[in-house]
Amino acid sequence: MKDRDFGFATRTVHAGSRPDPTTGARALPIYQTTSYVFEDTESAAAYFNLQEYGNTYSRIMNPTVAAFEERVANLEGGVGAVAFASGLAAQSAVLFTLLRPGDHVVTSSALYGGTVTQFKHVLGKLSVKLDFVDPDDMDAWRAAISPDTKLLFAETIGNPGGNILDIEAIAKLAHDHDCPFMVDNTFATPYLCRPLDWGADIVVHSATKFLGGHGTSLGGVVVDRGDFDWSNGRFPVVADPSPAYHGLQFHETFGVYGFLMKLRTETLRDLGAAMSPFNAFLLAQGIETLPLRMRQHVANAQVVAEFLSAQPGVVKVAHPGLATSIYRPLVEKYLPEGTGAVFCFDLPGGRQAGSSFIEALTLFSHLANVGDAKSLVIHPASTTHRQLSDEELARAGIATGTIRLSIGIEDSNDLIWDLQQGLDACESNS
Amino acid sequence: MRVKLVNLERYQQPDVIRRTLTRLRVAVVGLSGNQLRASNFVGYYLLRHGYDVVPINPRESEIFGRRCFPSLADVPEPVDTINVFRDPSVVPALAEEAVAVGASCLWLQFGVISEQAAEIASAGGLDVVMDRCMKIEHARYIGRMHWLGFNTGTISAQRRTPR
Ligand SMILES: Cc1ncc(COP(=O)(O)O)c(C=O)c1O
Repeated sequence: MKDRDFGFATRTVHAGSRPDPTTGARALPIYQTTSYVFEDTESAAAYFNLQEYGNTYSRIMNPTVAAFEERVANLEGGVGAVAFASGLAAQSAVLFTLLRPGDHVVTSSALYGGTVTQFKHVLGKLSVKLDFVDPDDMDAWRAAISPDTKLLFAETIGNPGGNILDIEAIAKLAHDHDCPFMVDNTFATPYLCRPLDWGADIVVHSATKFLGGHGTSLGGVVVDRGDFDWSNGRFPVVADPSPAYHGLQFHETFGVYGFLMKLRTETLRDLGAAMSPFNAFLLAQGIETLPLRMRQHVANAQVVAEFLSAQPGVVKVAHPGLATSIYRPLVEKYLPEGTGAVFCFDLPGGRQAGSSFIEALTLFSHLANVGDAKSLVIHPASTTHRQLSDEELARAGIATGTIRLSIGIEDSNDLIWDLQQGLDACESNS
Repeated sequence: MRVKLVNLERYQQPDVIRRTLTRLRVAVVGLSGNQLRASNFVGYYLLRHGYDVVPINPRESEIFGRRCFPSLADVPEPVDTINVFRDPSVVPALAEEAVAVGASCLWLQFGVISEQAAEIASAGGLDVVMDRCMKIEHARYIGRMHWLGFNTGTISAQRRTPR
């Protein structure tokens, strides 16, 4: 007999968080402790040898963090997850686990700017070769792959163009080359899309964004589908006996859990960017309302995008949920419930119009983040991308008048009222 | 990617797994004396969790300080579960032995896939679990797998462990 397949909303509330067996506490307890008392010396040895699942030290594992990890793993459909101090820490941990000098990574060019910088700097220092490709161009993906390629990477919903990723096609290409495919699912969340179901091998999140949902806590998480064959001869870094554990072979001993065990007990242990238990508590609590929030985020973003595309003072709205989007077929396949709530639009008046627009707003918070319950706005040309020339901006797909919005869960008519104030200010200043 | 030819889900039923985990005498066939082998990890874990582990390996005389038997037929006392770490080609013959010694479950570890063995064991009245790890399933339902962020797939608002 099969166990019940619980629905997504049920799992957002329950997965990973059973009542505490000792105290009966119903809410997730915050285990604010660095370390754990061993039952006896033999148990301690079994924990350190990985012969037994046990808590040793909170840089490597913590019960509150574990509840958050299991919740995300469950929602994404993975065999498990490892949490990190931030989204970028999660990504760098995967890079450090998989790659060594001489290897090659192929990545979408439509990425969060911090990821582009991370890849360039970190991989450069590791002497790992890197190629950026247009995520919409399957031929470009194919052409970029070389015998040294060890990882393909992209975001479900790209930045700033709202590119929708053809996950199944790229996963197939990756697997044809015995390569894993990693997807940053931050903008979609597992409520809107589950890349592992479409063949991706690893999902990463900046949990800082929609998973937490309230702009309180940094966090990142790596989820593994568990069936990539690390013993295919191309990944000695993963498959070879580990000197750190007396020659243990992770995939042989832990099967489908091997990669995650290695990620935790080697990479997280050594790089040390652990998630704090308090952040895990807030992020796990945030996930309990993920379906409710995402429905409101998506509905508001759609209304706002439609409003903006009808305005004469707006030249381009890069929201893939619009009926005119070139991504319609991919949206219907991968994101039928909506394409998230982060998108860009362009003001024709350049840098000056961007500033006037932002200055005139009341409700939108001007800051560098996305995925908060509150609506957020930023003008990349005068903030995050200020150092770039107009030509460099254009290469990043950003115009001088590009505005990025992260639509919150307020009343949509209030958001439209506020954006109208911004558009009016551009008009009177031009 | 692993090619799945056998309908494995049939042999991975949660109620069968939980029922088997309550029975404590486990013969581990192909148990290695090498601390780094998966079979050794599983055997040691089961011992720690109160199982009466019976090592089966013709090349060893003692593992974990316990007498090692060359084959199932040599074990003097009855056993409940036959936990197998052997090549799939030899597993049908093992299934015959498991039926002969009156075991209640044939449990084939990760990658030990044999439809023929499953049919022999089922016909002999045994439960069959295939391509599952006994350590992991114990940790999932009874133990502490959730302490390391793994997806146990178990959901319950009850304080007791799931049945
Ligand atoms: C899509 C995406 N991925 C990754 C990150 C990095 O996450 P964190 O800031 O938690 O390190 C961000 C942050 O803005 C992001 O938007």
